[in-house]
Amino acid sequence: MDEHKVRLEISELSKSYETKEGRFQAVEKIDLKVYDNEFLVLLGPGNCGKTVLLNMIAGLEQPTSGEIRLDGSVIQGSDRRIGMVFQKLALMPWKTVMQNTEIGPKFRGVKKEERRKKAQSYIDLVGLNGFEKAYPAQLSGGMKQRVGIARAYTNDPEILLMDEPFGALDAQTRFVMEQEVQRIWEQEKRTIIFVTNNIEEACFLGDRIVLFSECPARMKEIYVNDLKRPRDVISQEFLKLRAMISDNTDLAL
Amino acid sequence: MERKIRNKDPLGRGLGCHPYVYTMLSIAGILTFLFVWQLLLVTGVVSDRYISKPTELFLLLIRKFSDKSPDGSTLPIATLASLKVAVTGLVLAIVTGVPLGLIMGWYKGADRFFSPIFEVLRPIPPISWIPLTIVWLGIGLRAKAFIIFFAAFIPCVINSYAGIKMTQKVLINVAKTCGASNFTIFYKVGIPSAMPMTFAGIRVALGNAWSTLVAAEMLAANAGLGYMILMGRSFARPDIIMLGMVCIGALGALFTGILGIFEKRITGWRR
Ligand SMILES: Nc1ncnc2c1ncn2[C@@H]1O[C@H](COP(=O)(O)OP(=O)(O)OP(=O)(O)O)[C@@H](O)[C@H]1O
Ligand SMILES: [Mg+2]
Repeated sequence: MDEHKVRLEISELSKSYETKEGRFQAVEKIDLKVYDNEFLVLLGPGNCGKTVLLNMIAGLEQPTSGEIRLDGSVIQGSDRRIGMVFQKLALMPWKTVMQNTEIGPKFRGVKKEERRKKAQSYIDLVGLNGFEKAYPAQLSGGMKQRVGIARAYTNDPEILLMDEPFGALDAQTRFVMEQEVQRIWEQEKRTIIFVTNNIEEACFLGDRIVLFSECPARMKEIYVNDLKRPRDVISQEFLKLRAMISDNTDLAL
Repeated sequence: MERKIRNKDPLGRGLGCHPYVYTMLSIAGILTFLFVWQLLLVTGVVSDRYISKPTELFLLLIRKFSDKSPDGSTLPIATLASLKVAVTGLVLAIVTGVPLGLIMGWYKGADRFFSPIFEVLRPIPPISWIPLTIVWLGIGLRAKAFIIFFAAFIPCVINSYAGIKMTQKVLINVAKTCGASNFTIFYKVGIPSAMPMTFAGIRVALGNAWSTLVAAEMLAANAGLGYMILMGRSFARPDIIMLGMVCIGALGALFTGILGIFEKRITGWRR
């Protein structure tokens, strides 16, 4: 990480909602640069506006003020270069694993043979080989989340947003999935913005960790984490980083 | 001792028997019903002056296959006449009502445009269309189908409307981040999401169509099951009335069953 080529530049980004009780500020003045091929972790307490921030980057919500630039030009609406793995297990229940995975290229009108091949390679990569014809109702939570990841990759985004993808999983599965995501990222380098409320997960995965305050989401601190991968979660350095972040955190996360 | 768990119910309700046992239970239920009915009449607990025995009805059913009295048509012809009306009205209602509901549920402009018209038409009972329809269209197939249409149209619209409104926001977002246009999302995400509710609506529409059919035929027809019941009354033939009722009931159940098979095909992912 020497040549810091900026891919995504967020400046003065704010979002507020008009509610019955008046104005509600969800995200306040975020300034952030995201570098090429980095694994950036956004760490913040529950309900602080992380999803709102990601939705804005994904073009699903309009910022109240500020702007987001991808490779120098302001993004408007959803952009194919930015993909997302959703916090909720957002699979189409009427589609099989294969059909869910290939949905991006399918919407773009890519030929069946071609998109199937691509989808298959990511289904294999996330370890779901043999489940192509299964429906979401037949899968466990971890498997569904793997489909979500395979789907995002199949759409071939340059920047991948992951919104607490493992929040709903048990500790065991969660750790396995963290290792998987790291493995896939090392195999297929691309820029990842990963949201979590778990300090250990953040330290395990992130090149840089952006710590957010309580709602409205404001940036508190950015930690650079250059421990060697795969990280040893009980090593001295790891625990030190973890303690440092946790001392600076608003709430017991 | 080994105990096999055969309970296939997703929630684990009931004891869990072989499917064969359940089929047998359903058949036994019907047979018991008929048996008690017969027994009450044979033993004289209920007078058989106004109610026919199941066995008599069965013989009448066979006879009615060729006998035109008293309503002027054989049972197959009456059934066919009723089916034609019901199917015409129902199919028309589905092919217009479901798309209308879906479009209204998805596009706000369409919603605002059609809603007022729809809200005024909605409370009008389908049967109250009968007099006007007779004036306009006489008592032929078109007239009756029109009345059925009104009875079946409303639930088709309401349910598909409500169904597509319930499309999960996050699924729409998934499609958006995959670069889908609004129409693609409507077609590929909204419509499949609305299917379970839409089918529930079609089920209601089917029931409405069938029950309105009888009312329509009682007022305006020259053949059909409802007409047969009406003639049974004029000729003081309770057996004809009851045969008509049984046929309507059985056909209604048959239709619901067929619809269920369709529904399973289309929404089979909901297991
Ligand atoms: N459309 C909206 N209208 C009004 N308020 C909203 C809207 N969307 C989000 N909010 C509010 O913004 C706040 C932040 O929500 P957000 O979903 O971003 O939290 P989060 O950090 O992702 O939390 P979690 O860790 O639980 O996922 C919440 O208090 C929520 O009520
Ligand atoms: Mg969230």
